[in-house]
Amino acid sequence: MAFSKLYDSAQAAVADIPDGATILVGGVSGVNAPEGLLSALADRGVRDLTCVCDSNYYGAEALHRLVSAGCVSRIISPAPFTGRSDDPVHELWRAGTMTVDVVPWGTLAERMRSAGAGIGGVFLPVGIGTRFAEGRETRMVNGVECVFEAPLRGDFALIRAACADGVGNLAYEGPQRGWNSAVVSAARVAIAEVDQVVEPGGIDPELVITPGIFVNRIVQSSSVPVG
Amino acid sequence: MTDDKERLDRAIIAMRVAKELPAGSCVNLGIGIPTLVSMFVDDESVVFYHSESGVLNCGPLADEGSEDIDLINAGGQFLQSVPGMAYFSSVEAFAMIRGGHVDVTVLGAHQVSATGDLANWMLPERGVGNIGGAMDLAAGADKVIVAMEHNDRSGNPKVVQECNFPLTGRGCVSLIVTDVAVLEPTPDGMVLRETAPGWTPEEVQEVTGARLIIPDNIAEYEV
Repeated sequence: MAFSKLYDSAQAAVADIPDGATILVGGVSGVNAPEGLLSALADRGVRDLTCVCDSNYYGAEALHRLVSAGCVSRIISPAPFTGRSDDPVHELWRAGTMTVDVVPWGTLAERMRSAGAGIGGVFLPVGIGTRFAEGRETRMVNGVECVFEAPLRGDFALIRAACADGVGNLAYEGPQRGWNSAVVSAARVAIAEVDQVVEPGGIDPELVITPGIFVNRIVQSSSVPVG
Repeated sequence: MTDDKERLDRAIIAMRVAKELPAGSCVNLGIGIPTLVSMFVDDESVVFYHSESGVLNCGPLADEGSEDIDLINAGGQFLQSVPGMAYFSSVEAFAMIRGGHVDVTVLGAHQVSATGDLANWMLPERGVGNIGGAMDLAAGADKVIVAMEHNDRSGNPKVVQECNFPLTGRGCVSLIVTDVAVLEPTPDGMVLRETAPGWTPEEVQEVTGARLIIPDNIAEYEV
């Protein structure tokens, strides 16, 4: 096939992510995360990343590596702390070298959806009466108080899927879909690490979950050297 | 004195909460004691579990050794896969929550106020905390049940008149199940509904920060 979004390695796929970039990371609690892409990024030693992720706890080893390698200066997440004594995010936050924005999970999802869908933000009924909504624009909508949430756009999305064809259509397995398919459309460049690459036509169009228009680069997981 | 009075264990709290889940309801379980609730829902009252990670109708917690590497709840614990499951994006998972499609959520808490304010994401002395999906659930679920220990490790009451910890939601809690009582926050204040075996309403008041409204007919906590 002449045209393909397939890259030879995770290293090649993340080679142009610059210092200061905002990355949107797939996976929940480190499960179904793009581990190869995160490891390749940590190896490159980029600096000053803003990392938008679901959570940093339990099995999120690849994310911990990125943080521990000093690549991340800001985290936007509903659950950025592991709660363990060796939590690298908590250490860096206490030392004042890491900015942490804790946001409701669904709000984060909707802010990225807005960015990916070209919507100028949304009013959500979440966090009203808490410090999360303090000092922010609110509005009564059909009798319900809502807070304005602006779109959140990333420079790169790093996600994990089960299968891709050469043109970027993605299929997932199980809850892999959840957070990976939620972040993919909100970045300028989306990179998918997948278990299997097939020829176009290898995924039934009815079963494509993320259409290839949202996906710019594909890396086969087996081509990723692990840790 | 109530210091050495026997309190119910976490499993009993979970069993009591399980009785509150209507057959056929869609339920989201938070982290901690709430996670245990699925172990005590009997097979006949079919309950559909919802997870923010993008799963509906997932099973209860998986037995050790039979974990599916991919199938987890929002707290990163492994779930059983069961017939009738559905997978979807987290955007849809939260549309289900905010859109009022989730009937009941069971959450842990640091504090609940007399009128049902919930504080469950940050301990002030830590200065930081994880919100997860709790604010979305507090705002969107039809019914919020709190399952928690009645007092913290230092003995401080967690059922309080007013929360002084950062809030997750205002006036959102409709029932509290603890290791000494079942309580109902109302606009008029905290109503005592049930007491654990061996506890009098006065003894429950002694370990509670909120002024309790004590009706005549207090039931014994039954599981």
